[in-house]
Amino acid sequence: MTTTTPAAPIVHETAVVRSWKAPIAYGIFALVGVLFAFVFPATGDTLFELSTEREAIQLAPVAVPTQSAVIVAALLLVGLTGLSAFFVASRRARSPLWLAIVFTVLFLFAFLTWVAADKTIPVPGLLVGSLALSVPLIFGALGGVISERSGVVNIAIEGQLLFGAFSAALVGSITRQPLLGLVAAMVGAVLVSFVLAAFSIKYLVDQVIVGVVLNVLVLGLTSFFYSKVLVPDAATLNNPVKFDVLPIPLLSDIPILGPVLFRQTIIVYLMYIAVFLVWFALFKTRWGLRARAVGEHPQAADTVGISVTSTRFWNVSLAGAIVGVGGAYYTLDVVGQFGKDMTNGAGFIALAAVIFGRWDPIRATLAGLLFGFATNLQSVLGIIGSPVPSDFMLMLPYVVTIFAVAGLVGVSRAPAADGKPYIKS
Amino acid sequence: MKLELRGITKRFGALVANDHIDLVVEPGEIHCLLGENGAGKSTLMNVLYGLYRAEEGEILLDDEVQHFSGPGDAMRAGIGMVHQHFMLVPVFTVAENVMLGHEETNAIGVLDIAAARAKVREISDRFGFDIDPDAVVEDLPVGVQQRVEIIKALSRDARVLVFDEPTAVLTPQETDELMAIMRQLKESGTSIVFITHKLREVREVADRITVIRLGKVVGEASPSASNAELASMMVGRAVDLTVDKAPANPGADAFVVTDLSVIDALDQYVVKDVSFTVRAGEILAIAGVQGNGQTELTEAILGLQPRVSGSITLDGVELVGRSVRRVLDAGVGFVPEDRTEDGLVAEFTIAENLMLDRSTGEPFVKAGALQLKTLEEFAEAKLEEFDIRAQGISTPAGRLSGGNQQKVVLARELSRDLRLFVASQPTRGLDVGSIEFVHTRVVEARDSGIPVIVVSTELDEVTALADRIAVMYRGGIVGIVPGDTPREVLGLMMAGETTGAAA
Repeated sequence: MTTTTPAAPIVHETAVVRSWKAPIAYGIFALVGVLFAFVFPATGDTLFELSTEREAIQLAPVAVPTQSAVIVAALLLVGLTGLSAFFVASRRARSPLWLAIVFTVLFLFAFLTWVAADKTIPVPGLLVGSLALSVPLIFGALGGVISERSGVVNIAIEGQLLFGAFSAALVGSITRQPLLGLVAAMVGAVLVSFVLAAFSIKYLVDQVIVGVVLNVLVLGLTSFFYSKVLVPDAATLNNPVKFDVLPIPLLSDIPILGPVLFRQTIIVYLMYIAVFLVWFALFKTRWGLRARAVGEHPQAADTVGISVTSTRFWNVSLAGAIVGVGGAYYTLDVVGQFGKDMTNGAGFIALAAVIFGRWDPIRATLAGLLFGFATNLQSVLGIIGSPVPSDFMLMLPYVVTIFAVAGLVGVSRAPAADGKPYIKS
Repeated sequence: MKLELRGITKRFGALVANDHIDLVVEPGEIHCLLGENGAGKSTLMNVLYGLYRAEEGEILLDDEVQHFSGPGDAMRAGIGMVHQHFMLVPVFTVAENVMLGHEETNAIGVLDIAAARAKVREISDRFGFDIDPDAVVEDLPVGVQQRVEIIKALSRDARVLVFDEPTAVLTPQETDELMAIMRQLKESGTSIVFITHKLREVREVADRITVIRLGKVVGEASPSASNAELASMMVGRAVDLTVDKAPANPGADAFVVTDLSVIDALDQYVVKDVSFTVRAGEILAIAGVQGNGQTELTEAILGLQPRVSGSITLDGVELVGRSVRRVLDAGVGFVPEDRTEDGLVAEFTIAENLMLDRSTGEPFVKAGALQLKTLEEFAEAKLEEFDIRAQGISTPAGRLSGGNQQKVVLARELSRDLRLFVASQPTRGLDVGSIEFVHTRVVEARDSGIPVIVVSTELDEVTALADRIAVMYRGGIVGIVPGDTPREVLGLMMAGETTGAAA
């Protein structure tokens, strides 16, 4: 007998380990919903404003009776929690993804309705602001995905964003050309990448340490030049020409989403293209196959004649260029001038988006949007005035980040050689 | 294609790994490179494949001198290699792995995955492999992964194919199939270099044999030479290939495992519903191909696995749920399968390594202070008793040879008052002399009247030591059979067949 037919009774099977993490998490949020509905009821109507005055197609604001809406939503939340517990208890499956999405949307609706009782929620404003906050996160996350897929942990996203913002402001002010500012942002961030790449790939210094040090270095450098050079001469050195808003005909007239997505500057349009391109290139092209091979099993790549060090070096540099665009968004679009430490930790949130998105460009983008939304929600609620203390609301984006990364992702698998230097023996 | 190596010399610092090695492989021949672990076989092949640069010597293909600056050059010249540790990206599909490095693309670099699939199908049809180009490599059995490696080499039109210890991870049946594939390749005109230290395989498939010892070619042998002749050439002296052991004198059931299951970090059962007993004064060998749950089983016994269900009792005392410390205190001696990773602290001295498991109290620690004098005397005695070849007890363990490192581990584990001895892959990577020593010690432990468990993937070792043999396959025990069960039956059981597993 030369062929073997495995006839053994034992098969590699997945142990259905009942993880109660998801139902417990849902339970906590459902409880919060119940508190909104019954213990601290809010009365009156909540007005959801759906379009601003600038739009061609006007939608009438929708008024929702606060208390009954919150009660209905809370009961649904409890039901979903029960459903999730049922899934886990019946050992059939883990809690499905659609449940997480429905639950999140429902909870947000309940929360917004309750918080804004007798007030108005400006839905377009909420979404526009969310996207604005998401743009740097998404560029940062895309750079992180490319870099980590190639096997280099990129903690320096924060530094790259900040240096990109600084370079764009400086060059954009001097040349009066926003496009040159954009190029400068990319170049600036690539310079940060070069340092990261050189130390971690060539000199095998711990990638996390180099990244952290680079963040501190960039913060120090930009702060120094900001106060010594930019501030004294702000009119000429920190006054870049911003990109113009370019509404896309027809698309920008779509109710609600049109103005949010398609009445933007070129940087945001670049982002749409970049998300698709990074995804496509990573999974469909030779470049992507080699990048992933180098990040998963560098020795295998080496033995088929792929240079691990140069692949990693150039991919980390490319990642820097992409992050740089995100930096330019601060100074050439949304803010319009450089400020000390203006990225304020966005790079770290982007890093969380990379992990939450499981090193996938599309998922990381969605994660970036979620984090952007959470951040903006906090400021919108601050403006309309909410019963929740504003200091407490400031925690919201970070609570969402921790909850998302720790609670919902579960065990996610990083590229196998992520963070490990390749030492050719 | 004819391959010729002339005077290849490769040094690592002061160590000469290859010393003026000459080798000629004629077209369409299977040329075996035989030698012990550490003899320099793999180094030589890495030089050939362009991974290392030789200090001296040249490589000729069809009488033309080649200059390789990397594996890419070697591949273009027609050299392919099936590595001992597969050079496959686990999360890629078969087709992606095969095309990696020489991808067919359109003008803008988009992969032509259809072409890669067709290529995999074409080659796998030619050799009668049944391989799905879209299967993810990590989901495939090891034997099939090896075929992917072969396809990968052939897809680059390799005409010299190097197999580096290809049978280490295979079942005996898979090994037979690999031999058949090698013959088939030879018939189609491929030259094959087959690196191994297993005598049986050499004699079965080789056309010519070159024996390497300590980095030098010590001679050629014919495939008709006996095992003893080949072994003595390889080792440099006459060796005894059998283990002296008296019949076992088993006592009561001392160690009982009941319905043991282990779940790993990915929520998979790696050990499932395993039950067996070991009697006092008996060696139970656990056979099986690497990665069928043996590692996790031994770790579960020692308390190193976090998610364990079922029961493990030693002399009636339950071990599941105990900390490692308390398992050791119950009298368990353990030789881990990777001595450099789990058995020793390389930077520590021999003496320090000898007391690693007894750092909590007397005799080596009193009131929190090390008793250096006691330790010194103890270490000196063990150095002598276990014939550890080192400059002294303060030599760092990392500087010792593999055999001497293993002796340090054995000395530590066997110097306590044991109620159970577990040895996992105790002779992996050791030279023949050290193997003899380790085997003697294992038998001595048995004869002292305690239950002994030996986990090994080498059938030779299993049959040499075992009083009874348990065969593991995919996390379960296929059967427990007497120690004199024929290799063929064991081989089938290692592939999961229950036939013959009566006892």
